[in-house]
Amino acid sequence: MYAFTYHRPTTVRQAANLLAKHPEAKLLAGGHSLIPVMKQRLAAPNVIVDLNKVEGIAGVEISGRSVTIGAMTRHADVANSPVLREAMPALAGVPGSIGDPQVRNRGTIGGSIANNDPNADYPAACLGLGATIVTNKRKIAADDFFTGMFSTALEENEIIVKVQFPLAKKAGYEKFKHPASGFALVGVFVSKRSSDIRVAVTGAGANGVFRVKSFEEALKKRFAAKSLEGMTIPAAGMNSDIHAGADYRAHLVGVLARRALDKANAKGDDND
Amino acid sequence: MASTVSMTVNGKPVSGKIEPRTLLVQYLRETLRLTGTHVGCDTSQCGACVVHVNGVAMKSCTIFAWQLDGAEVKTIEGLSAAGEPLHPMQEAFREHHGLQCGYCTPGMIMSALDIVRRKGHELDDHTIREELDGNLCRCTGYHNIVKAIAAGAKAMAK
Repeated sequence: MYAFTYHRPTTVRQAANLLAKHPEAKLLAGGHSLIPVMKQRLAAPNVIVDLNKVEGIAGVEISGRSVTIGAMTRHADVANSPVLREAMPALAGVPGSIGDPQVRNRGTIGGSIANNDPNADYPAACLGLGATIVTNKRKIAADDFFTGMFSTALEENEIIVKVQFPLAKKAGYEKFKHPASGFALVGVFVSKRSSDIRVAVTGAGANGVFRVKSFEEALKKRFAAKSLEGMTIPAAGMNSDIHAGADYRAHLVGVLARRALDKANAKGDDND
Repeated sequence: MASTVSMTVNGKPVSGKIEPRTLLVQYLRETLRLTGTHVGCDTSQCGACVVHVNGVAMKSCTIFAWQLDGAEVKTIEGLSAAGEPLHPMQEAFREHHGLQCGYCTPGMIMSALDIVRRKGHELDDHTIREELDGNLCRCTGYHNIVKAIAAGAKAMAK
């Protein structure tokens, strides 16, 4: 790892000022993506701005028809939040499936979203629920936020402060876990909130998370796995690597969407 | 550029100057000479480097030492003093032969204690195996590790 200097601001404003002063600086949240790539020298920031001392940007809060999650909330704290597990277990289940227990004790929602790894779980939840990403400058709809593999609408000096998710009446997430890394080979988040139906896919697309409009259209008639029977998506634009080819990933999108719908519609269990 | 860091490790205050790129595990092993915490993969996968930070299990290969300024860190060395009886979880690993080469053992034990913290003293095999997702044993001795953790968790309740 190359040498660097670091700063530990205690407010978002201080952090933004530090970013403005040091154009090469990188923000450090949980560090479970940044530190590994620094070890590999794929990233070599000369300045690190650590967000772990910033106050007031962690926690899960339910108010009215939405849930707000602070950017520095650890995966374990979202997964184990009693209010979220009650209000929308499908969303609580997303960080519960990330990495392993020690990684979940450290990793954060803000870091995951800002990194926009093409196999990460949170981007699917954000897009699949129509979340709003709140930064120190503005509010960005999830539909506009994820702009491609490892790229987002975040500008220079822009810091995610919190993420607001509307509470959906029905929601479900199903992922095909890579057995070693725990990342989603493919993951599908489905939700229904009055007339807004969303199907968001992570892991499969060569450009990162995306929505499947044909599935969403078919689900307007009936929000059930049956509505997608026999439906597939084209393999063009899917990722292909040693773990799974484009055809297989496209196939998994259909299978996992149907399973996610079954979860979303299940009654009397955790995914009610 | 060196920076000063102060933390409590196994109940003792420590402080010193370190390079910012020093990882917690390097600080523990190379500066404090607490070599019970191991580096297996150095890519946050294997769990040989698991320690407790303010009571919570974390992978010390993926945290900078300066981030722990003011924190309480516990390593395998902090579980029982030299010459004193072993911690019940260590004793359970010994009793049930929960190790072969022993390289993963410190991380396994620190993770086991975190499982007990979160899931209590009555642990079934399925829970233990799921919760050991972040700890690899290259000897593949999982069967006895699972037995040891179940027994150790029970013993800790006494």
